[in-house]
Amino acid sequence: MVPRRSVAREFTLPVTGRVARRASARWAATMLAVLMIALTPAQAVEPGEMLKDPALEARARKLSQELRCVVCQNQSIDDSNAPLAQDLRVIVRERLSAGDSDAQVLAFVEARYGEFVLLRPRLKPQTMLLWLAPLLLLAGTAILLLRARSRPMDAGRETAPLSPDEQRRLDDLLRTDGNPR
Amino acid sequence: MIIELGHFAVLLALAVALLQTALPLWGARIGDARLMQVAEPAAITQLGLLAIAFAALTYAYVTSDFSVENVWANSHSDKPLLYRISGVWGNHEGSMLLWVLMLALFGAAVALFGGNLPATLRANVLAVQAGIGVAFLAFIVLASNPFARIPLQPEGRGLNPVLQDPALAFHPPFLYAGYVGLSIAFAFAVAALIEGRTDAAWARWVRPWTLAAWMCLTLGVAMGSWWAYYELGWGGWWFWDPVENASFMPWLAATALLHSALVMEKREALKVWTILLAILAFSLSLIGTFLVRSGILTSVHAFAVDPRRGVFILAILVVLIGGALALYAWRAPRLRQGGLFAPVSREGALVLNNVLLTVACATVFIGTLYPLALESLTGDKISVGPPYFNSTFGPLMIPLLLAMPLSPLLAWKRGDLLGAMQRLLAAALITLVTVTVTLALTWRGPWLAPFGIALGFWVVAGAVAEWATRVKLFSATASESVHRALGLPRAAYGGMLAHAGVGIAVVGIIATTAWQSEVVLAMKPGERGEIAGYAFTFRGATPSQGPNYQEQTGLLAISRGGAPVTELGPSKRLYDTPRQATTEAAIHVSWRGDLYAVLGDELADGGFVVRVYFNPLVRLIWLGAIVMALGGALSLSDRRLRIGAPRRARRMAVAAPSPAE
Repeated sequence: MVPRRSVAREFTLPVTGRVARRASARWAATMLAVLMIALTPAQAVEPGEMLKDPALEARARKLSQELRCVVCQNQSIDDSNAPLAQDLRVIVRERLSAGDSDAQVLAFVEARYGEFVLLRPRLKPQTMLLWLAPLLLLAGTAILLLRARSRPMDAGRETAPLSPDEQRRLDDLLRTDGNPR
Repeated sequence: MIIELGHFAVLLALAVALLQTALPLWGARIGDARLMQVAEPAAITQLGLLAIAFAALTYAYVTSDFSVENVWANSHSDKPLLYRISGVWGNHEGSMLLWVLMLALFGAAVALFGGNLPATLRANVLAVQAGIGVAFLAFIVLASNPFARIPLQPEGRGLNPVLQDPALAFHPPFLYAGYVGLSIAFAFAVAALIEGRTDAAWARWVRPWTLAAWMCLTLGVAMGSWWAYYELGWGGWWFWDPVENASFMPWLAATALLHSALVMEKREALKVWTILLAILAFSLSLIGTFLVRSGILTSVHAFAVDPRRGVFILAILVVLIGGALALYAWRAPRLRQGGLFAPVSREGALVLNNVLLTVACATVFIGTLYPLALESLTGDKISVGPPYFNSTFGPLMIPLLLAMPLSPLLAWKRGDLLGAMQRLLAAALITLVTVTVTLALTWRGPWLAPFGIALGFWVVAGAVAEWATRVKLFSATASESVHRALGLPRAAYGGMLAHAGVGIAVVGIIATTAWQSEVVLAMKPGERGEIAGYAFTFRGATPSQGPNYQEQTGLLAISRGGAPVTELGPSKRLYDTPRQATTEAAIHVSWRGDLYAVLGDELADGGFVVRVYFNPLVRLIWLGAIVMALGGALSLSDRRLRIGAPRRARRMAVAAPSPAE
């Protein structure tokens, strides 16, 4: 059987320099895959990788879902069958077997592959906006709504001022006690 | 020849679209009826021309004309007919053609069915609609021509095999119909801003179009998720992939728009907000198209591979969205606000709905674009993955689902919260029982899941309670209830059905997320495994030859409690062109859930890796989506929406003798 590991979900390196039609067609083909949810079939954990201890294995699976396969498009190492994802899964299991806590495992992988590997970005100044956005937006709308309510009921309903013509007609009406001249 | 005809039709359509933008807009401004009347025939002509262009490209695909670059790059003569046809939109250039075809289709529909619109509004709407068309037709003509010729090639390069699938053949047309359908709401909003006037009638005209678009989006998103579920081979159904998010954001915005338009139609409130939402919903569709089309999602670098396209779409985005928002900032303050209401009222509940849906949509937006923004600003590379979305989007849905059954039971203007809660007593009891039973059945955890399931039941039961209240079930005589049930407008049934659909989907989502189980084994023929009460025996794998692939099919005999249930034949395929492998999961469907089997690698000792998943109640997710779409269809069939003129209905009601007299 031909090796099943497809690389379609791995990055195609950016084409540099002048590459004409072919590259553009290949790019289009890549984009096409991306267009409709860019995922090719993949199965992750191989039986050989799994740990004997079911509790430890469960922790490993959970951690795997927090880690990105860095050569894939938006796949966790739990979902990917890229060789690098496999290496990472093995590393996670090694660290767990060595007695690391979940946080220690994540820190270990992060130290090697950078923050890019974490699917749950850490809370730090650069990601403050990301994490607080939902709360800020909710608070913002709540304040807006409260302010709108505290305004007098007729606020914003004031009528447009009369045009000079209308004012003249009104004056005429008032002067003649409602009886047209 | 036919190809050149198609190309020429696109060019003509661009010219017609230019006329359709300029003349009616000018006519509406100076009040010239003849100029305004250009819009309708132009819209219909545009549809005709683009239908010719699309047919020409389809012809090239069906006959495998490999002198057309687009066909050569994306098709193969061995492909089954269905996938030769779906190949038309399974690529960049063709899908853009489908996009403008849909746009013309909606434009022509407004021209044909918009007879009851005021002349200036109709002219302005069609002009704005054509303006969007100009942008995208120019894009096709200048930067992505599907009709480009190359020297005749002996054979095409084939369609990505994972895309050769019935669900995916129809996923893009539905999604595009949804995206593009929102352009009508956008056109109506911009037209209203140009005229500086909106009223309840405006909302009534916008709602059916939004509803149609929303329905298509619902089905399109569900189809994409369904495809991912059975084609990708690990039983996942939603990945918070940026491309998925690109289709989900317009859906969220359209859902919010449907509800705020309701307030505007019935109570003349939230006008300014509804207009903004109409602009935003279509803007998100455009941004979705841009994100997917520019390649910026794959990697920031991919953008540089073909910058002309990316920059072109970016320019369209800036002009359309920026222009509409600028017009909004300029004209919206002039719109007269109407309809005051107390916080506890139907309007208040729908405002809550809008706040939560919009914030949820914004969260998805920020999560999707944050890594791009951060990388281009600071160079930091971070990933925002499913864990982020689950822990931000999820909590926002809880109050939304909790409030959902309450809202329809509150009166307009000033509602009676206590009264509404009393009417939901039965629903609350059902919810409580669900929590208890689910907790007892699944005491091993996860402990939050039973509450999620109960939330789904609450929403479904709430929809039933709304119906019971409206037909005065048990509180009136049986015959009066039947009479009331028959008398309820279809739109009311549509709304209840759509709400129930949400509840059904929630139950499916929670159940399958919380209690999916999985077994991965290296199996030799004759070996056994167990999962979720089922036992499965591996009987080996056999190779075979398909039309354009080689296949290896495993055989799993499934039994339950000693009795045979079924046999599953998961397979993996190797396609000829392009040479790529896919896995074909085998799924056994039961009322408890899906037994999902995948054949993995062949091992050195002659065994195979076999993966079996049990996904409890997973079908409810798509069933829920279908029920939602059905609700939309039912609501759309309500004659009040079709006719769109409240006046006529009232006259008929007066004319008909009242049965009470």
